Amino acid sequence: MLRRLYRLPGIARLVSILSTLFGISVFVFFMLRVIPGNTITAAFGIETGMLTEEQLADLRVYYGIDKPLIAQYFSWITSFLTGNMGYSYSTGVPISTLTKMALPVTIEVAIIGTVLGVLMGVSVGMFSARKPGSIRDFSGQLFGLLALAIPGFVLSTTIVTLMANKFKYFPNAFEYKAPWQDLWMNAQQMLFPGLVLGIAVAAPVMRTTRSAILETADKDFVRTAYGKGVPAKRVRFRHVLRNSLIPIVTMTGIQFGYLLGGAVIVEKIFAMPGMGRQIVDAIEKREYATVQSSVMVFAIMFVLINVITDVIYRRIDPRIK
Amino acid sequence: MSNPTKERGIVHYYLRSTSGIVGAVLLFVMIAVSLASLFKITPHDPLYQDIENLLKPPSNTFWFGTDNFGRDVFSRTIDGMRRSLTVSITAVSIATVVGVTLGVIAGYIGGWFDQFVARVSDVLFSFPAILLALAIVASLGNDWYDTAFAIAIVYTPIFVRVARGPVLSVKEMDYVKAARILGYSTPRIIRQHIFPNVTAPVIVQIALSLSWAILTESGLSFLGLGTQPPNASLGLMVAEAQPIAAFAWWNLAFPSIFITIVVVGLNLVGDGLRDALDPARRSS
Repeated sequence: MLRRLYRLPGIARLVSILSTLFGISVFVFFMLRVIPGNTITAAFGIETGMLTEEQLADLRVYYGIDKPLIAQYFSWITSFLTGNMGYSYSTGVPISTLTKMALPVTIEVAIIGTVLGVLMGVSVGMFSARKPGSIRDFSGQLFGLLALAIPGFVLSTTIVTLMANKFKYFPNAFEYKAPWQDLWMNAQQMLFPGLVLGIAVAAPVMRTTRSAILETADKDFVRTAYGKGVPAKRVRFRHVLRNSLIPIVTMTGIQFGYLLGGAVIVEKIFAMPGMGRQIVDAIEKREYATVQSSVMVFAIMFVLINVITDVIYRRIDPRIK
Repeated sequence: MSNPTKERGIVHYYLRSTSGIVGAVLLFVMIAVSLASLFKITPHDPLYQDIENLLKPPSNTFWFGTDNFGRDVFSRTIDGMRRSLTVSITAVSIATVVGVTLGVIAGYIGGWFDQFVARVSDVLFSFPAILLALAIVASLGNDWYDTAFAIAIVYTPIFVRVARGPVLSVKEMDYVKAARILGYSTPRIIRQHIFPNVTAPVIVQIALSLSWAILTESGLSFLGLGTQPPNASLGLMVAEAQPIAAFAWWNLAFPSIFITIVVVGLNLVGDGLRDALDPARRSS
């Protein structure tokens, strides 16, 4: 019975997604329990030493940390799933409210970064693959290598320094505007962070595009297309690029996920109120409840992206069933 | 069972790849420079604050200039490079030993242990590295070994995967079955017949993981979660340079260039090793 259920389309996938999310939640929860000190020392700081044994016991009951770890885990995960992520100690604001404001920022910058990255990566990759071994191939590959090696924080810091001081153009110095508040301002504020993330995505996408195109360009049907007089440009886009798409999409999906990590640093530098900055600020203030719930939100996004990549695959390659 | 002709062969094939040679040279220079810091023969003390020489541009005395505390940027850069390399090499060594051991044993034994190891590494793998490292460092602390440990946890799953894959395909081959029938002990089969198939991909992975580890380490110290001031680390130097870079560019430029060179070097070495170790690529 169970076995038959497991064979239904999508069920195996769902089981694997849920077990991954479960694993991440267990990992995040227990890792943050390793920290010396606990919620009480985090909330009261050095004043914890002045509390009596009785007060400590009451506080433990209040925060629910008198219960066994397993019980604590279940109480956290059930309230997380019902949308209650706890409260930020320093401000008293519910973490779910903070997350609702921060999540769109991160998603927007991640999408812009991916789009810019794919545009740059695919065009440089095609540029490189036109003549393997030539100077243009070399310069394309050099771009790929540097884009891979220059860290996002170096690029961001350089942009901040140059734009703010030399060119006096730095939209991120103003208060962050959401697209529905001020679309033009938002677009300007997204430009630099999106570009930095895009360059990080462009490097692996460029490498993948180049090798996929070189491989496809050798195929018989491409020679046939040239032979029967299809214009070269049309062959490059309709025949070669189209048949090279699968590895490119796979790489983009992987990179989109890792870009969420890059967003942590970029948001911090460009002062964008996104999920990444929420986590870094929470770590600095030792607000572990916020760290725990925000990391979990990141994990869910990451898994969702993998599912979306999978769906896109099936669209572009009917052979995958 | 060493085979001299084959070993000479790998060096020979490695030296045929231009990117491999360039990468090895870049990496060699960077390691040599950080050894200077290890033996404390930097031109200046990286922590010494020379109040009379604040924010001096590069000169004969201060090759990379000085920062806003009058500290020598060159000495700090190579000291930071040594710290980044120490953390990254420690982290990748731990990840390699733990990951390869787990991967080989899990792949060979199979069963629930294999399932467990594969699932756990999938979980850790399905997560942006810097985020995972961030959360681990938050719970461990800021000492260099905490950072190294966090990065080790992040990169262990990669080595589990890289090692487990070849084991799964090799363990059903006839020569392994023959060894089993001959009654060889499991450790002996793993050591002599399984392990040699794993070394090539693992070596390539070490070079690539080192480059990612350096990026992760410098990212963490940039965010203030790695090396603490007044000590120097490449990421921290970039963060400290941010407010003064507009009028003292050398504070930002040199640490950034050093990170880039070492990461470029490691990637080129990785490419060179991959071409040298993969027989299918040698012909081209």
